[in-house]
Amino acid sequence: MSPVARNRLIALGALLVAGAGLGFVAFGNIGENLVYYWSPSEMLGQGDKAYSATIRLGGVVEPGSIQWNAEHTTLHFRVADDVKEGAPSVLVRSTETPPQMFRDKIGVVVEGTYDKSGVFSSNRLMVNHSNEYRAPKEGEDPRQWQETLSDATTAMGAK
Amino acid sequence: MNGTVGYGLVLGGLAFAAFGALVGLVSGLRRSDAGFPWVLRAVWGFAACMVGSNLVMVHALVTHDFSVRYVAQVGSRATPLVYTIVSLWSALEGSILFWGLIMGGYIAAFAFIHRKEHARYMQLALGTMLAVGVFFAFLIAGPANPWGAVSPVPADGPGPNPLLQNHVLMVIHPPMLYLGYVGMTVPFGVAVAGLLRGEIGEAWMAPLRRWTLVAWLFLSIGIILGAWWAYAVLGWGGYWAWDPVENASFLPWLTATAFMHSTMVQERKRMLKLWTLSLALASFVLTILGTFMTRSGIFNSVHSFTQSDIGPTFLVFLGVLLVLCVGLLAVRGPLLVPEGQLASPLSREASILVNNLVFVAITFTVLLGTLYPLISEAVRGVRVSVGEPYFNKMAVPGGIAVLFLMGVGPVLPWGKPDKATLRRQFIIPAVVGLVVTAACFAAGLRGVYPLMTFGLAGFVTVVTLRELVAPVRVRMAERKEGLVAAVTTSALKAQRRFGGYVVHLGIVLIIVAVAASSAYVKHTSGTLKKGQVIELGGYQLKYLGLVSGEEPHRTYVAARVEVTSPGGKVSELKPRLNYYERSTDPIGTPGVRETPGEDLYVSLMAFSEQAGTASINIWVFPLVGWIWWSIPLLVLGTLISLWPRRKAAVAMAGAPAVGASPLTGGDAERGAA
Repeated sequence: MSPVARNRLIALGALLVAGAGLGFVAFGNIGENLVYYWSPSEMLGQGDKAYSATIRLGGVVEPGSIQWNAEHTTLHFRVADDVKEGAPSVLVRSTETPPQMFRDKIGVVVEGTYDKSGVFSSNRLMVNHSNEYRAPKEGEDPRQWQETLSDATTAMGAK
Repeated sequence: MNGTVGYGLVLGGLAFAAFGALVGLVSGLRRSDAGFPWVLRAVWGFAACMVGSNLVMVHALVTHDFSVRYVAQVGSRATPLVYTIVSLWSALEGSILFWGLIMGGYIAAFAFIHRKEHARYMQLALGTMLAVGVFFAFLIAGPANPWGAVSPVPADGPGPNPLLQNHVLMVIHPPMLYLGYVGMTVPFGVAVAGLLRGEIGEAWMAPLRRWTLVAWLFLSIGIILGAWWAYAVLGWGGYWAWDPVENASFLPWLTATAFMHSTMVQERKRMLKLWTLSLALASFVLTILGTFMTRSGIFNSVHSFTQSDIGPTFLVFLGVLLVLCVGLLAVRGPLLVPEGQLASPLSREASILVNNLVFVAITFTVLLGTLYPLISEAVRGVRVSVGEPYFNKMAVPGGIAVLFLMGVGPVLPWGKPDKATLRRQFIIPAVVGLVVTAACFAAGLRGVYPLMTFGLAGFVTVVTLRELVAPVRVRMAERKEGLVAAVTTSALKAQRRFGGYVVHLGIVLIIVAVAASSAYVKHTSGTLKKGQVIELGGYQLKYLGLVSGEEPHRTYVAARVEVTSPGGKVSELKPRLNYYERSTDPIGTPGVRETPGEDLYVSLMAFSEQAGTASINIWVFPLVGWIWWSIPLLVLGTLISLWPRRKAAVAMAGAPAVGASPLTGGDAERGAA
């Protein structure tokens, strides 16, 4: 075997080993850092598997479930599959301030973990932007419209 | 009327592109020159049609011609003129049309600049680029047609997506990114032409390098501006989230950067030719993959345009591209034999080889993390996303390795090193690096990765500055030149080397800023009553109450926050929520107090007028601004590298080598293009 060919073989071997190592580390890391998208009923159906994973729980805020503590630092609410009464739901505790849009019945995605006490601890709360543009009706001020929405439902009102 | 003319121009562009691609490729493969004038005419025709079609669209937008579907979709009489023009690229169809404009411009520029040289390759190169043009013209004419008619004609439209109207950066960020994406078409055409021809002479590598560098610069600017926009508009307190679409722009950047380095080895040592070409092809394929990910709506992200049926078209194109590239490399690759050999593991070429492996490894892990959710859903039916920790865990060591190589590479000589010189060269930078680390530690900074980063950054900076300054000092000492003259001549004598090191300085700045702002970020949030104070990182923030106001296209509610800095300076921030007329959701604008050392970043999450409270999120980001302020360095360095050389300068380049630098003026002789 000529030295060139041998060098090439060595280089190829080294590359393969490096590639395999990289692939192994990368796949291992992915496995550890997967975030599952589940709806409340899907998550409840997972059994023990739901307790260790990082989860993005998507659903709607159950009407009338928004609760603040006295200092207004911790928020509890229930995320349900849909707005129908009796839909499966999960209690969520969030320490993060929700955005202005947060209110009853709005679509939310919370990221966090579920524990055996049945509480979902969220460290990230995202409101589904409707992304729909709706022309305001005659004589309607969109800002007013915003505020009526938010005053009726958010935060302060629900205490 | 607008619709008919605009659509007609698109069809014209499609015809020109198809004709030019056919003539160019056929005539080029037959090794005849007969087709060249026709290919050139097709290029001008394609470019003119694309420019025309875009102008018609801008005209339709500005005159509010709501009979055109795209205008009805994004136009509004209430939108200010600037944003009306910008809405050309604010939604899917318009952005593809704009894409066509840039593509036409690039191909025409390439054809014009090189029309009298490289006769053996030009037809094939232009033919390949026009073939890509056919695909995009087809997209505009078919699946993403913005010109459809609307009836009945609405009186007014909804206006562009409010997120895009919210900040002036949105005017610059997308064009820069498109210039970077589309720009990769040119090196792709150049590389494919070489492969089709089965030979790539030195002269033909020059346009490959230069046009990749052009696209690389725009891509870099686009990515950084995108990060800045996310930071200044989205208000979630960050600039990078490993979002699929961010990754999509990062992937071709990585391979293009690797290309720029491997091409030096190819040029100097006559090795890695096939590898270098593969990187050029990969960069282009990754831009198409990126476009597919952004436009097809398969990912849900801030960037995703609405669901559309262009996905399948893109997938087919992507498949064809992959087959073509792999096939070309397999069939033609053996013709590109390496002539050189790796002389020593302690050489410049070895360090660049390692650099390339690191870049490819990062590309692979980012690509894997980005595509994994798609694969998982398609194969197992499980909806997952890959969390940020995965990317950080993989990219941080990669970034540190890149930084390390940026310091080691320039010190190592081409070929075989002399150990004693090498040792002498390493001592000062290494000591500086250690001192920086120790100083950071003494200043109370902790964490292995950030301290390593800062130390290495010190090391790289010293090495780089020495490489920049040494030739200048020698000129001043030996030839008694003045400072300005010495800087200019040494920059001109080794343009690409000089420019490259300036870019390195910019990259060091970015890496340090990213490390500091992510490792030492401070965050808190709270719901404040009027007069209440919240503290973070030495800042005192006092909530003074709400104000509201009106602007032509929106109204807003802002929280007045009085900030007392750690130094005792008092200022006021007004983070706000903007309400656009036709959008149900408010869009925030954070209030940011910028200083060179750190940013205080306040975003308004929610407010209640009855209770008089405001909920705010607060962050302190050290050094974050340096990320955006690195852009001038990147531009300067790239311009120095690309600046056209005069014949005289080339003739002069044989002058005696200068300086303590292991690599002397040698780069210059080959830089001419």
